[in-house]
Amino acid sequence: MSYLIEQTINGITLGGLYALVALGYTLVYGILLLINFAHSEMFMLGGYIGLLALKVLSDPGLADDLGFGFLEPVQAFFNSGTIGFILMLVVTFLVSGALVGVVGMITERFAYRPLRNAPRLAPLISAIGISIFLQNAVLLWVSSKQLPYSRADGSSFVPVKTAFTLFGVQVSTMQVLIIVTSITLLLALDTFIARTRVGRAMRATAQDRDAAGLMGVDVNRVIMLAFFIGPALGAVAGIFNGMYYGSIKYNMGFIPGVKSFTAAVIGGIGNLRGAMLGGFLLGIIESLASGFISHAYRDVIAFIVLIVVLIVRPGGLLGESVTEKV
Amino acid sequence: MTTPQPVLSVEGIHSFYGRIEALKGISLHVDEGEIVTLIGANGAGKSTTINTISGLVTPKMGSVKLFGETISGLRVNIVASKGVVQVPEGRRIFSRMTVLENLEMGAYLRKDKAEFAGDIKRVFELFPRLAERRSQKGGTLSGGEQQMLAMGRALMAKPRLLMLDEPSMGLAPVVVDLIFETIERLNSEGMTILLIEQNAAKALTVANRGYVLEVGKVVLEGSGRELLTNERVRKAYLGEE
Ligand SMILES: Nc1ncnc2c1ncn2[C@@H]1O[C@H](COP(=O)(O)OP(=O)(O)OP(=O)(O)O)[C@@H](O)[C@H]1O
Ligand SMILES: [Mg+2]
Repeated sequence: MSYLIEQTINGITLGGLYALVALGYTLVYGILLLINFAHSEMFMLGGYIGLLALKVLSDPGLADDLGFGFLEPVQAFFNSGTIGFILMLVVTFLVSGALVGVVGMITERFAYRPLRNAPRLAPLISAIGISIFLQNAVLLWVSSKQLPYSRADGSSFVPVKTAFTLFGVQVSTMQVLIIVTSITLLLALDTFIARTRVGRAMRATAQDRDAAGLMGVDVNRVIMLAFFIGPALGAVAGIFNGMYYGSIKYNMGFIPGVKSFTAAVIGGIGNLRGAMLGGFLLGIIESLASGFISHAYRDVIAFIVLIVVLIVRPGGLLGESVTEKV
Repeated sequence: MTTPQPVLSVEGIHSFYGRIEALKGISLHVDEGEIVTLIGANGAGKSTTINTISGLVTPKMGSVKLFGETISGLRVNIVASKGVVQVPEGRRIFSRMTVLENLEMGAYLRKDKAEFAGDIKRVFELFPRLAERRSQKGGTLSGGEQQMLAMGRALMAKPRLLMLDEPSMGLAPVVVDLIFETIERLNSEGMTILLIEQNAAKALTVANRGYVLEVGKVVLEGSGRELLTNERVRKAYLGEE
């Protein structure tokens, strides 16, 4: 019983990460019908930029070297316990999310927009190109090795390991943080898209780009925004991923990227709530499969779930019946 | 003597789809308070003409002017912000949004939030069917209701020039009558309208003037009455022998 609970909590944690990344795939696909293969690299960049930010915010020596010496009093606070740690995390998310979001907008502007009226294969290849470029850029200019996601002294960024014990299962602080943050971000995004004027413009653009333009929507700005939001959320997931598993590497985006894309397809690609549902579902199924069947088979099982869903509901769980827009 | 500035003047536009020249030098104008109609066979270039005016298609040559200001070459959302509003062919409502949200999209660029409620009321007064269905998704409306919604959405933008592309296409006669009555009513209240129609008889009856398009060129123009009695128009577009 407690093993079941443990695996479920692990699954929700993993699912929160998948959902955050899946949103980026689904937002872009919903508007452009483009599978943004470079999105997994936004997750990876988030991991790296986040690590740098965390180090600068927590390590007086490094901050001094980089000319951020003035941060010392703030660092003292950030290093002083749970509240400080959470605030440091918030700052890290804001900085990394914004930077990676800008990278996302740059890829849109220079790699996808020029190809917007080209055959659909062209932007797909452009996406793969960006993915290879970004991985190799990190490999060459940062490191080809696994980097530990830890403070200068090698300890974890999280000050307290266990948050609480539930039915005899220890729930870690990281898990609580990941679950709470991902759900908060998902709800915030959902509200933004459903209720605000800009959110409505995004939905209109996804449904009929020309008609949205005729209503006065600046379609290019809406697309740019989708390319900011997706990567920013992906960056948050990348940082969490680094902290949760303890290290990062230049190719860390690939598997979570494929899984999150799978989650988006399971939920119904193009459908925001579908991506959230698909993310959590996949995370939980994968964890349970890994715990009760075999760890080695969890990827296989994830893809079996995909195939079963696609056979039963080709458009995904919350997707439209398959109507391929041309 | 000052001649009044036309609301819209299209001067010798050539528009292309790839290498296909869909418009081969179209010129036309619409004056304040007029209903002007464009008629022509399928593929004559009617939709391309209004899409060029709206900025969805950019002309290779020629210009489009709104109250004397050149608007050709501007992006579609900028043209919309100047009050050029289109009810597109096939309605193109947002099918996964409610009726109310569709109307809100029509008012997307409006700054005067205070007048919004009044304008919605006005649309519901023109099309009471929409009021009953305000929370229904656009895609679940009937064809006629979708056309009403497309027109209501356009009116929410407070157009200075309203362009309608085949608003009666595929609709039952009662709904066609309602659409034409609405067009006349809006016009009698001062709205300037450019109307594309397959139903040439009806269009020429309500229009002040009309243009006949054939393969990307204007081949005839005149008042509604002149065109209605024109031999060539009667044969080609009014189905008479
Ligand atoms: N997106 C497009 N790509 C390529 N060719 C197009 C496109 N849209 C229209 N055309 C071509 O341009 C020409 C004019 O088309 P347009 O849609 O303007 O005609 P229309 O007068 O509105 O016809 P209909 O009465 O059928 O609506 C046609 O030959 C059409 O095939
Ligand atoms: Mg047409």
